[in-house]
Amino acid sequence: MKTVSSLLDAHWYERYQRISKLNIRSSIYDVTNRCNLRCKGCFFFSSGEDKAAPEEMHMDAWESFIDREIGRGVNLAILIGGEPTLCLDRVEAFYRRLPTFCATNGLIKVPRDRFPDMMVGISLWGDQADETVLRGKDTFSISSKNYHGDPHAYYLYTITPRQIGHTERIVQKIRDVGLKIHFQLLSNDEGVDGFSWKPGEMKAIQDEMDEMLEKYPDTVISSRYYHEIITTGKMLDRSFGWNECPSVTEPLDTRKPGTKRLIHFIRWASDLKTMHRCCTSETRDCSTCKDGAAHMSWVMVNKRAHMRSRVDIQNWIEVYEMFAKLYQFIPW
Amino acid sequence: MMLETDAVMNHVADVMIQELKLEDVTPETFDPDIDLVDEVGIDSMDLATVALVIQDEYGIRIDEDDYPKLTTVRLIAQYILNKKLS
Ligand code: SF4
Ligand code: SF4
Repeated sequence: MKTVSSLLDAHWYERYQRISKLNIRSSIYDVTNRCNLRCKGCFFFSSGEDKAAPEEMHMDAWESFIDREIGRGVNLAILIGGEPTLCLDRVEAFYRRLPTFCATNGLIKVPRDRFPDMMVGISLWGDQADETVLRGKDTFSISSKNYHGDPHAYYLYTITPRQIGHTERIVQKIRDVGLKIHFQLLSNDEGVDGFSWKPGEMKAIQDEMDEMLEKYPDTVISSRYYHEIITTGKMLDRSFGWNECPSVTEPLDTRKPGTKRLIHFIRWASDLKTMHRCCTSETRDCSTCKDGAAHMSWVMVNKRAHMRSRVDIQNWIEVYEMFAKLYQFIPW
Repeated sequence: MMLETDAVMNHVADVMIQELKLEDVTPETFDPDIDLVDEVGIDSMDLATVALVIQDEYGIRIDEDDYPKLTTVRLIAQYILNKKLS
């Protein structure tokens, strides 16, 4: 029987042991239905999820809800929205109770006296020109001031097709403000002209992400295998899509036979009762989904499948390490 | 009692092999002390699959909160026997 230690040398086995028992149980929470931006291509607004349920307004309801979530085993709260920083009391209710990650557009600074070590992921869509077209403003000029040198923040850089050949400028800009960067790919849910991926572009951006990782290993939090998976949608001869997706809300998951999935994962709407189908848009076509977190989780829940060779299990370890760094389970 | 433990371990190993389609191993060669999570790569979803079969066959309930303790075939066998006795 193949065992992990029979596949790895001592160095890799030590890396493996740092993550093998983490047993991360995440769920995602819409903290609010409101945002201080309206980005073209935002899955939340484009799929009408902002209208799915009215926000729960009472703090005691949030607090008892979070306690129930802990009771069902959640040990990582991923806060999205809308814009969570519009409701810092709700964010704080999570942060005081369990490991918490907060996604934000970075326009409002998370006060570090209230949230000294909460991991913050700042969204950035392409460069200044793309941001102006898609988000109506150059958010980097504001977010980079708000989070300059913050050791508990990084940029979630959503690469658009227009960025091919230009990502290095962004990586350098982020490095120069003392932050880390993680790559995602634009799904263009609202079909904005000029922002849909064309054949051939995926290979180009895969090569470019690999190059950035190689050149800026202290800034880029990523892995070559992750780049391969998000650009090809393929893992170990399997294709990503509805039948393989690990990030489907568990009580709504009727797939048969059962798929390898995130245990007890739920994405909750801000009424704390309604559940969304998955970690991203209700209405997105799974066959074109480029969601980075779902692809990352797809690798992570398939450990045994990666035990077919040394290279495969090393790829698995690198993706798991990347996730563990992004959510502060291990240091950068 | 010793014999019974051996028999249960053998059966648990067999269930693992069948349900998880483990290759190049038989119930007899399955090391009862090998770490299932760290070494065999088993995750909680795999464990849930195995637990379902074991629960049915032995008429016991395996609490999900106990999964982290069930890290080897020997520990699973002892857990089953303890549940049967209680
Ligand atoms: S900042 Fe985020 S939540 Fe707000 S509109 Fe843009 S993508 Fe949507
Ligand atoms: S849209 Fe993406 S994340 Fe959602 S179920 Fe489909 S594949 Fe999974």
